[in-house]
Amino acid sequence: MAIKAEKRITPFKVISVGFVILWLVIAAFPFLWTAWGSFKVQGDFFSKADWTNAITGALTIAETGSAFTANGYEGAWIQEEFWRSVINTCIVVFFTVTISLTFGTLGGYALARSGYKYAFWILMAALVFRAMPHITLVSGYLLPFFEWNIWGILPTTIIVLVAINQPFTLWMLHSFFLNIPKDMDESAMVDGCTRFQAFRYVIIPVMWPGVITTGLFSFLLAYNDFTVTRMLLSQENETIIPKIASFLGSTQVQGNVMFAVAAVVSATVPLLFLVMFFQRQIVSGLTAGAVKG
Amino acid sequence: MTHRSFFWFILPTLSAMLLFIALPIVSVAIQSLFIEHEQVLIVTESCTPFGCEETTTVDTEASAALSKEQPLGRFNGLGTYTNRSHLAFGEIGEIWNNSSNVGEFFGELLDLPFYWALAFTLTYTFVVTPFVLVLGLAIAVGVNNLPKIFKGPTIFVSLLPMIVTPLVGALTIFWMVDVDGVIGATLQNIFNDPSLSMKASTPLVWAMLIVYGIWSSLPFSFIVFYAGLQTVPKDTIEAAQIDGASKWQRMVHVVVPHLMPLVVFISLIQLMDNFRVFEPIISFQAEAHATSLSWIIFNDLIAAGNPLYGSAGATSVLTIIGVAILLMPVLIRTWRDFNRKAH
Repeated sequence: MAIKAEKRITPFKVISVGFVILWLVIAAFPFLWTAWGSFKVQGDFFSKADWTNAITGALTIAETGSAFTANGYEGAWIQEEFWRSVINTCIVVFFTVTISLTFGTLGGYALARSGYKYAFWILMAALVFRAMPHITLVSGYLLPFFEWNIWGILPTTIIVLVAINQPFTLWMLHSFFLNIPKDMDESAMVDGCTRFQAFRYVIIPVMWPGVITTGLFSFLLAYNDFTVTRMLLSQENETIIPKIASFLGSTQVQGNVMFAVAAVVSATVPLLFLVMFFQRQIVSGLTAGAVKG
Repeated sequence: MTHRSFFWFILPTLSAMLLFIALPIVSVAIQSLFIEHEQVLIVTESCTPFGCEETTTVDTEASAALSKEQPLGRFNGLGTYTNRSHLAFGEIGEIWNNSSNVGEFFGELLDLPFYWALAFTLTYTFVVTPFVLVLGLAIAVGVNNLPKIFKGPTIFVSLLPMIVTPLVGALTIFWMVDVDGVIGATLQNIFNDPSLSMKASTPLVWAMLIVYGIWSSLPFSFIVFYAGLQTVPKDTIEAAQIDGASKWQRMVHVVVPHLMPLVVFISLIQLMDNFRVFEPIISFQAEAHATSLSWIIFNDLIAAGNPLYGSAGATSVLTIIGVAILLMPVLIRTWRDFNRKAH
């Protein structure tokens, strides 16, 4: 009987499903619109007179002879050397993720296995650090970094991003390691392993699901960061997000907004694939902290 | 775990956090007590048959040498905190004396840059957060009612606004609401007002930023609530159903109380994240109508030629105090829980 009641269509259900459909449109439309429009000329992307131009590409046909044009991409990637920023982003993201996961697994494991009070206090401090607006930290870095002459280079930015990432990584991996039974590493230690050997031979083989989930969020933080990369990198070392921001200043003057549009779409595509392949891990990662309280 | 091995395991992460999070906070506090050097001026007197004239020039060499010798600048005590760009005690006193009613007082108070930024930051934080909670729960309930095959794709699409880089996501919206963009132009047609621009009036800019904020944070609360809905005990729901509770009553009296810990969790994360609102202001080029605390720090730091470290430091310290006040209830609660457990 309960099943029958679940199947029945009620007004409540209709409204809630309608609401979900509305949300999906609002969530997806800006991306579809921008991705489609990035293959048009500026007159079509910003078609004040008739919005259907942006779909059919009337001016694009008139200007280039075809309904689709890659001029925006060509301008961004080749003329404005977007590829340089892509290489920089790859370097920054790769090292940030690797180093923060290394630091985070060691620290998270220690916090999960220590029953002492100071472990609790370190977690609390991490929570407070997590709340610090990044720009306040950056305003503390600038002067010393200029003085020591380490401003503008990639390694500085990588280590700063690693540090900013640590509070979150610690919390995630701490709650993940709590779920791995204590008996596993303790029995290894009874058999004569040191603490580090127990970690190396018993914990490392089983920790990958948690590490991958945490790694995804480290990736997102490093990839999406604007504040730190904008302030700490010199122009030739720029990553893609500050590069896009600098496009806005320069290209709008030259009437090349389409370069920025193409760059924005290029920056979104990797994230799209990320969500496609790791949707389950992202969802479980978002909820891991919540379920623990 | 022994203290010794704990120390070695925690050393890398702890030193990273101390060096690059704790120490910068100290450094910011010190910076805020100093102010940029005054330019070294040279007064030269050039005499002509018609009289003598004094000209003042900036001695760039001496100025550079001075700032090299003392990069922090000169000591200013709490002067930066109380000047016009920050807490502006002097100006507030004046406004208080000169304004005839409370409305006028607040109107003039908001002309001061720090209070203007604070007003937007707080409005943004306290409008976005409740909307995100309520709408997130509504979407989660809706998705929970969907047939199974639609759930995966729905979650995929829903995640996009949150996963996408804030600067980039805000730009896609910004181009659409541009006067020539699809939404901006449509709005002009609907209201038949060719001068209508979302970028030109302060209330519209605030609304636009807040809508963007809700759009980009909804997926987070949706996912957390959706996961929470899977853990609602079926027995309780059925018991309520047998007792004659309607779907709505079951929602309010069974599901929502069960999700209460998640509400606390989402609010905490949202308050922290919304308080540092920054990228949308850059993307929407909204600084003429809305600034946030993070944005005024950024603006001080990119000041062409000579970054205003003292000013940025003072705003940073005030921002950190704001964060501490926001977090206080959570910290007190955790502290109590911890003590209760300990005894």
